[in-house]
Amino acid sequence: MTRSGFWIVAAVILVALMVLGVSWGTVPLSLHAVVAALAGHGDRNAVEIVRALRLPRVALAALVGAGLGVSGAALQGSLRNALAEPYLLGVSGGAAVGAVIGVALGFSSAVALPLFAFAGAAAAIATAILIARAAGGRADPRVLLMAGVIIGAFANAAIMVVLSGAPANTMRSALWWMMGSAAGADWPQVAWLAGYTVLAGGALLWFARDIDILALGDESATALGVNAERAGRRVFLVSSLLAAATVAAAGLVGFVGLVVPHLVRAAGIRRHRPLLLGAALTGAALVVLADLVARTAHPPAELPLGAVTALVGVPFFLVQLRRFS
Amino acid sequence: MIRFDQVVARYPRAAGAAVDDVSFVVPPARITAVVGPNGSGKSTLVRALLRMLPLVSGTIRVEGLDGAAGDRRAFARRVAVVTQRESLVFPMPVREYVALGRYPHEGSWHAAGAEDERAIDDAVMLAGVLPFAQRSTEELSGGEWQRVRIARALAQRAPALVLDEPTTFLDIAHEMAMFELFARLARGGTAVLLVSHQLNLVARFADTMVLLHRGRVAAAGTPTEVMRAAVLEPVYDWPLVITRDPAVGAPALLPLRGSSR
Repeated sequence: MTRSGFWIVAAVILVALMVLGVSWGTVPLSLHAVVAALAGHGDRNAVEIVRALRLPRVALAALVGAGLGVSGAALQGSLRNALAEPYLLGVSGGAAVGAVIGVALGFSSAVALPLFAFAGAAAAIATAILIARAAGGRADPRVLLMAGVIIGAFANAAIMVVLSGAPANTMRSALWWMMGSAAGADWPQVAWLAGYTVLAGGALLWFARDIDILALGDESATALGVNAERAGRRVFLVSSLLAAATVAAAGLVGFVGLVVPHLVRAAGIRRHRPLLLGAALTGAALVVLADLVARTAHPPAELPLGAVTALVGVPFFLVQLRRFS
Repeated sequence: MIRFDQVVARYPRAAGAAVDDVSFVVPPARITAVVGPNGSGKSTLVRALLRMLPLVSGTIRVEGLDGAAGDRRAFARRVAVVTQRESLVFPMPVREYVALGRYPHEGSWHAAGAEDERAIDDAVMLAGVLPFAQRSTEELSGGEWQRVRIARALAQRAPALVLDEPTTFLDIAHEMAMFELFARLARGGTAVLLVSHQLNLVARFADTMVLLHRGRVAAAGTPTEVMRAAVLEPVYDWPLVITRDPAVGAPALLPLRGSSR
């Protein structure tokens, strides 16, 4: 695929999947009915389904995917690690712990929750880097991943501990975070996640050239005039904030940040500014599709969104692992 | 011009200094070579120049600018450094890689202008990477990759160029071509600082040699002054003889068999 071909195909697929996401479900709606409902006409049930249920859900899924894709691409580049992504690095797990603690303390608004998630993510990153450094530097991609896996396991355990003493409704929300879901989407949540995504995504686009240079390694980056340590930390923090915001909105959705940047690179896009934009588009399409599968594969039950992305992501991870070891 | 002035650098938690009171100048339009045995402090000097290792004392200035002054991009506009090793996790087209050398010159949104394109074209030509400029970095041989890395450094258009063991894994033809390129750059006015193990080639190409031993300058001067058995034997701790390179008459070193110690 040529590069310009990639942009057209990715955009068309995303739009098509979003339309499908809004029209397909237990109550199937024709394209005509969807358009009418969007305008507020036609069957009142259809208007309700489209405007209050499906559209915010599709929008949330798209934003979660975009955020995870961008976060993964930025982390892979700045850490020089083709296997890096927020979920595998334990960043998402830390964010989930932060969010669960936030809920347990009674802060469940769409504004405050990402901040709790971010605090959890930041703690997870700091721990992962410390472990990797103690084990011989972050140069070895596998060490950082191992640290991330350990932190992810620890995060799960922490959530379980919080769960064990919690009332039933807290328990449900904690479980929900561990499995990932876009089911609870509403417009305020979409608006807040959009704000975080635009802000953090914009910052990463601003840093994109630094990421190009960081991908050469610390020595070469320093020789080209980048303060490798400071620039790397900046990218790491903003990527984590972005991942944390997606976790606060939809829980743990793994492997999107891993798979998406590789798909975009395969289309010949290597510089990080277009790569990040491409990862946003592709990530959005992937999670909208995954949510559609989660919602419609096994009605009336819903599959956890995180389980659907893991079913795609784990084989992909294994293929990548083989390539890099 | 690069000026090392009484430079002392020590690795964290190391007992002694890795570089101790080193002073020398790398003038424009000349090749200055830093030589010495393993662990003599050659690469430490490069790391100190990049401030990846803080100086205990002394200064390293390039075109009058102290690297410790903080503006790293301004520093990178004055000196381009080809480090000993670099491997890419994510391969990219050669030209895109060479374009990364323009980073210190780019504006805040880092869009490439006509001046950048010209610098990239010139670097590609000068380093001889035009035949494979359209290829991906993962398809290059060791010699080609080394040339591409030098092309990236040339795209920086810095008045000084530092090369840390640039020919280590190259065969004779590629190594010679590399040294010819350095000579051409020096003739063009660049201040070239070359860290190398290849004493004989250095003796043919360099204008000045700086011999390091245990972090200190053991000898400095023209190749004829430095390439003397009395100077080199104690530093390398090996018996050797110095002869004349039959092609150009430069001093050449022949290590003797260990049994003649």
